[in-house]
Amino acid sequence: MTRSATPGQTVGPFFHYALPYPGDRELVPPGTAGAVLLHGTVRDGDGAAIPDALLEIWQADPDGRVLQRAGSLRRDGFTFTGFGRAATDASGRYSFSTLVPGAVEGGLPFFAVTVFARGLLNRLFTRAYLPLADGAEPDALLRSAGDRAGTLLCVADDHGFRFDVHLQGDGETVFLSYPGHRGD
Amino acid sequence: MTAPPPPAELEPQETLSAEMAALRDAYEHTGVEETQPRLDYPPYRSSRLRHPTKDLHHADPEGVELWAPCFGERDIDPLEADLTIQDGGEPIGERTVVTGRVVDGEGRPVRRQLVEIWQANAGGRYIHKRDQHPAPLDPHFTGVGRCLTDDDGGYRFTTIKPGPYPWRNHRNAWRPAHIHFSLFGSEFTQRIVTQMYFPGDPLFGLDPIYQSILDPKARERLVAAYDHDVTQHEWATGYRWDIVLTGPHRTPAEQEDA
Ligand SMILES: [Fe+2]
Repeated sequence: MTRSATPGQTVGPFFHYALPYPGDRELVPPGTAGAVLLHGTVRDGDGAAIPDALLEIWQADPDGRVLQRAGSLRRDGFTFTGFGRAATDASGRYSFSTLVPGAVEGGLPFFAVTVFARGLLNRLFTRAYLPLADGAEPDALLRSAGDRAGTLLCVADDHGFRFDVHLQGDGETVFLSYPGHRGD
Repeated sequence: MTAPPPPAELEPQETLSAEMAALRDAYEHTGVEETQPRLDYPPYRSSRLRHPTKDLHHADPEGVELWAPCFGERDIDPLEADLTIQDGGEPIGERTVVTGRVVDGEGRPVRRQLVEIWQANAGGRYIHKRDQHPAPLDPHFTGVGRCLTDDDGGYRFTTIKPGPYPWRNHRNAWRPAHIHFSLFGSEFTQRIVTQMYFPGDPLFGLDPIYQSILDPKARERLVAAYDHDVTQHEWATGYRWDIVLTGPHRTPAEQEDA
């Protein structure tokens, strides 16, 4: 017997003193061997930056292992947990210092991403895939996203990877619904 | 201190209430149950440019999505579950225990997982720098709490009952008293942020955020129940609120591996 899920509600405007915590966006300290920046801007339907959004990422380690390690809230500087959280700044930008996720069980490597914001009535899920390696084929999700698949792909840059999030409008990010999310 | 004059450009409650009633009527005629908030719910004005216009894209969870971040004793001080003992003094207001269980869609407890809350003080004021409501801050109340669920999925906070507070969605707009909750499950796909309300709040029918959940039974799942067995003699009133996450997607055998 499946129970009906508790509804979500917006994170609202006042989460900044509660959800962010010291080291939240530093899955590894900047400068660590192999550290990259995952960064981008969150925008609304007019293309305006959203200064009161919050992103979370959850990822495998570079060897494609899914970790079950405590310590995300009190980082010790050397335990990689795979979880990070970052509020956007006044210009809508977020960034994480992290490691490059490996492929899990033959899938394409990606960061699992959750987006929260004032004005957004429920959280949104998406994937930030690493740029496809030479010869790599798109997976089922990228294929089914058709001409919007590009919104799911990180762009490599000098710092690591850029992944912009568009809640609405031109280049609207593909957001995901998992089985059971709509009471089905 | 006197009440500030309302800015003339804000719409009256009647406009918002009429919009919400029209959406409720239209919903009742569809016959399709919607148990999560609508992302496109125009009465919540700041959602206008912040909701996706395309349908959510179906995905079967894979890899990391089948697992959730793990938190432990090192992440949290047990004292973080008591919001009335922070900052070296007693906060003002109704001392209240809020407790319940976090379970998945099959009714299984979500064990040893992180629960985070934040809320306004008894006067309806957040400590947040953006909160301009001219109600007093309480020097002994931050309104932030964290805990880990126990082996039965149970959580428990001691706090102060938050007050309702005004916001600028429209003229004379007031949020029903609520506590923000942030929850993780045993899978990434179960992540949820929501708000818990108190029973019998007269503001429910006027609030676009609460009303964005169109199914009335689903809305009521956000309302805690007064529980006299949780209430403590000469100490605190008590409320019970259980949370049901979606899923799970992993099979029980995979769960055992965890
Ligand atoms: Fe609030």
